[in-house]
Amino acid sequence: MTTNYIGQPVKRKEDNRFLTGKGRYTDDIKLPGMAFAAFARSPYAHAKINSIDTSQAANAPGVLAVYTGSDECGNFGVPCGWLVHFKNGEPMKEPPHPLLAVGKARHVGENVAVVIAESLQEARDAAELIEVDYEELSVVTDPRQAVQEGAPLVHDDAPNNTVYDWEIGNPKEEVDAAMDGAHHITKLDFKNQRLAPNAIEPRSYIADYDVNADKYTLYTSTQNPHLIRLLMCAFVLGIPEHKVRVVSYDVGGGFGSKIYHYTEEALLTWASKKIGRPIKWTSDRTEAFYTDAHGRDYCTTAEMGFDADGKILALRVHSEANLGAYLSTFSTCCPTYLHGTLAQGCYTTPLINIDITAAFTNTNPVDAYRGAGRPEMTYILEHLMDTAALEMGIDPAELRFKNFIPPFDGVNQEGYQTQVALQYDSGNYEGTLRRALEMVNYENFRQEQAAARENGKLLGIGFSTYIEGCGIAPSAVVGSLGARAGLYEVGHVRVQPTGKVSVFTGSHSHGQGHETAFAQFVADHLGISMDDVEIHHGDTDQVAFGMGTYGSRSLAVGGSAIVKSLDKIIEKGAKIAAHKLEAAEGDLEFANGQYTVKGTDKSIAFGDVALTAYVPHDYPEGLEPGLDFSSFYDPANFTYPFGAHICVVEVDQDTGKVDIRRFIAVDDVGNVINPMIVDGQIHGGVVQGLGQALLEGVSYDENGQMITGSYMDYAMPRADDVPFIETDRTVTPCPHNPLGVKGAGEAGAIGATPALVNAVMDAIAHIGIRDIQMPLTPERVWRAMQA
Amino acid sequence: MIPAKFDYIKATSIDQAISLLSQHGYEAKILAGGHSLLPAMKLRLNRPSVLIDIGGIDALGSITDEGDAIKAGANCTHYEIANSNLVKSHVNVLSQTARVIGDVQVRYRGTIGGSLAHADPASDYPAAILATDATISVRGSNGARDISATEFFQGIFTTALGEDEIITSIRFPKTANGTYVKFFQSASRFAVVGCAAVKNGNGIRVGITGVADTPYRASAVEQAYDGTTSAADHAIDGVDVMSDHFASEEYRAHLAKVFVRRALEQL
Repeated sequence: MTTNYIGQPVKRKEDNRFLTGKGRYTDDIKLPGMAFAAFARSPYAHAKINSIDTSQAANAPGVLAVYTGSDECGNFGVPCGWLVHFKNGEPMKEPPHPLLAVGKARHVGENVAVVIAESLQEARDAAELIEVDYEELSVVTDPRQAVQEGAPLVHDDAPNNTVYDWEIGNPKEEVDAAMDGAHHITKLDFKNQRLAPNAIEPRSYIADYDVNADKYTLYTSTQNPHLIRLLMCAFVLGIPEHKVRVVSYDVGGGFGSKIYHYTEEALLTWASKKIGRPIKWTSDRTEAFYTDAHGRDYCTTAEMGFDADGKILALRVHSEANLGAYLSTFSTCCPTYLHGTLAQGCYTTPLINIDITAAFTNTNPVDAYRGAGRPEMTYILEHLMDTAALEMGIDPAELRFKNFIPPFDGVNQEGYQTQVALQYDSGNYEGTLRRALEMVNYENFRQEQAAARENGKLLGIGFSTYIEGCGIAPSAVVGSLGARAGLYEVGHVRVQPTGKVSVFTGSHSHGQGHETAFAQFVADHLGISMDDVEIHHGDTDQVAFGMGTYGSRSLAVGGSAIVKSLDKIIEKGAKIAAHKLEAAEGDLEFANGQYTVKGTDKSIAFGDVALTAYVPHDYPEGLEPGLDFSSFYDPANFTYPFGAHICVVEVDQDTGKVDIRRFIAVDDVGNVINPMIVDGQIHGGVVQGLGQALLEGVSYDENGQMITGSYMDYAMPRADDVPFIETDRTVTPCPHNPLGVKGAGEAGAIGATPALVNAVMDAIAHIGIRDIQMPLTPERVWRAMQA
Repeated sequence: MIPAKFDYIKATSIDQAISLLSQHGYEAKILAGGHSLLPAMKLRLNRPSVLIDIGGIDALGSITDEGDAIKAGANCTHYEIANSNLVKSHVNVLSQTARVIGDVQVRYRGTIGGSLAHADPASDYPAAILATDATISVRGSNGARDISATEFFQGIFTTALGEDEIITSIRFPKTANGTYVKFFQSASRFAVVGCAAVKNGNGIRVGITGVADTPYRASAVEQAYDGTTSAADHAIDGVDVMSDHFASEEYRAHLAKVFVRRALEQL
């Protein structure tokens, strides 16, 4: 393989299109005869629907149809994609999630009725004319309150609003016993607050039923078109899959929120056949706040026990996770298999027990959001570590060095078997922390901090050494844990007769840069120019199959599938080359786009081999023409990127406002194809992580009304809220995939949050403050300092 | 985010705008920069049946030197105010204020007249208007009149403007020494507390926005001012302090004192 492109910061091919406004997003698509949908949504968090009067709306100008949960569509519901069992072995509670509310509404913003009209204006105007007789019911929004006896019931058949209870790790008695014998226990109670995902492109769908072909096309802003097709056809509408095409061209960000199959997708698809017209719906920003699946929302009690030397003896965590009013597609695996399984962190903790109760509440559904369960676990571990260091008077970096799993490469040393089911592939946790400490000049900082305190300035430093599990996922493993889908990927490489290469991937770019990074390694594998490679994704009629993009899986899983096809191409090409060169196949080597007879100057270019494959006049006997291979790749294991993040802050004593002075991110994401894209992913993730620590948070009032439903009230990080992010990397390749890559999409969001919170705690620790709840708003920090 | 239906009329003169306003009454809204009105319309919180666009009226547009004062037309954008050399030289507190309103896009479109007429209790201008003792010139069907800074602001989204009156200009007495300091609301970047202070002979004038439902002159601070910052303790004397999701009454009251002190430090 040549390495003209791998490892180079190649500028992104797709950016020209994006930066000049030529992206092809769903809302840009205008079909002939297209009608528009608008929804009437519940203004109440919990209310019985006594009756719905649609007569005025139905007679309003331009209205083509009005539907409610009493129509056929009320019989259809979207499924949950992951079955989790109660501790007693019973399946989780899985009440129906109808396309339009039936009987009652369970959160503010739930779809109650839909109007379809000739224009968007008319649809909106008519939706206001729908009269719903609601009877308000009592409301519960907090997961810890929801599971108490006597709390208002969100679903009648889910007692105590409990979706499931679940545990992982060592037997509780063993962990309890170790805790009882601990020299020191650090205990924290906190809320990992709810976040709104805020993709810049709101969700947008166009459903188009073609009566002549008896075929549906759904244009959708999704992260996984094939999965949407599978779920909608097989589990919601009962339409044969080969009659449906799902198209997802350019998508403006997802962060998880566009993985899921939303009710609006299926409803529009159903309605398009009913009215015989294409129908478009694009969420507005308000609807996005109320209905895009949220992230996080855990109430946690966490304890870590240490011996006198600072070695971790045991970890015990109990959390209530809020899943909202209905189970979104992957909601159930987030607090369990994507969360509990990360409780080992980078440490040799010998005994771990993670105990989770998932709750229904009268809130918008919660699902995976950049990191999906792992940021929450990382926050628990890393916040405990810095707090324990303060409490025990041990330096927080030193406490980590005492407890790190020693380096292992997964080749010469075995993978590390955790107490919580997973086996880590390779890691060098002390390596990233050492590098980060160098970058921050740690010893100097402690002197500067002491001097600053003398002058009344509050400087603090915080650490986070995270690990995450990505490259999702080995199908058999996740299947045994309850996943209702396989999580392999498909890579199809079509070499055109002229030697140009079309690649079809089942993973999906919604900002990640697949068109560039994938083309880089494809070009290097074949020894050709990147300009001769085109990456296609996002169309189920074009790409054989795929599971989409989330869980930092695109390169590790999707890229590996493509490599498998490239290997097949090179191997078949060798047969053709051997024939043309009149040499034995075993005497050939392939490099720089040439098949060469070893030790000679006899060679043939890849392009000539391709042409021969499609014009097979002088051709090996018995060999099929063509140079076109598709492969499924099912990973052997997850991948485990890791890193060390250090944050330096100054806290304004007068106002409590936190100023981030420095942010250092040393990440190990395995081999790097495009360092510029990796840096971009880290930057974006770090900013989201800092956003959670400092600014963001969805709040509901006691009636279940969201009080943060606009950018006037929901604080997103802006450029001037974040510092220059200092990045570096160590490289510990993934031992079990052909590219040696681990994934970089979520790292920043996982590592950054505890680093910032720990830095603020460090800045004010000398006042005796041990904890503040996120987001660390100026008022919260100020109040803590007054106490 | 689609407004309810409305008619749109582009006025070409102040007289025409006033007569349209008289004609349509409560049904009509004046459109200037649109940065407060249009979001409210898109959320259908505000549903005027007629928009009277005064954006094209040249007579509302310029910043001029009036000898002892600087006059800014109602249609001047925040960007124009922030970057005007006349304003910088003679009413620098106003320039500092305009520079921290919203973001670049807002500053290019939003206007001083629109902002004042809207009277958001967390908007920035009122602090500078009060501290400079500016005069707001308005015109209606009964003719023109001037409203003093302290009379103009009357409550949340409430001003002394008559039903058919529009703001034509604001007259700022020249006050070279001044400062505006602000604690930003983290989401909207409006003022949780905004404090404008200017030198006034041996004394000072202090205007405070964001703290109460009506922006106010901090007279107690002005009276207690002794050249040091100790007068800041009087920042909220006699004031009902607001409370919201971003700042409780107690915290906001504390911030008011902190930001008055910071303003006094800079005088």
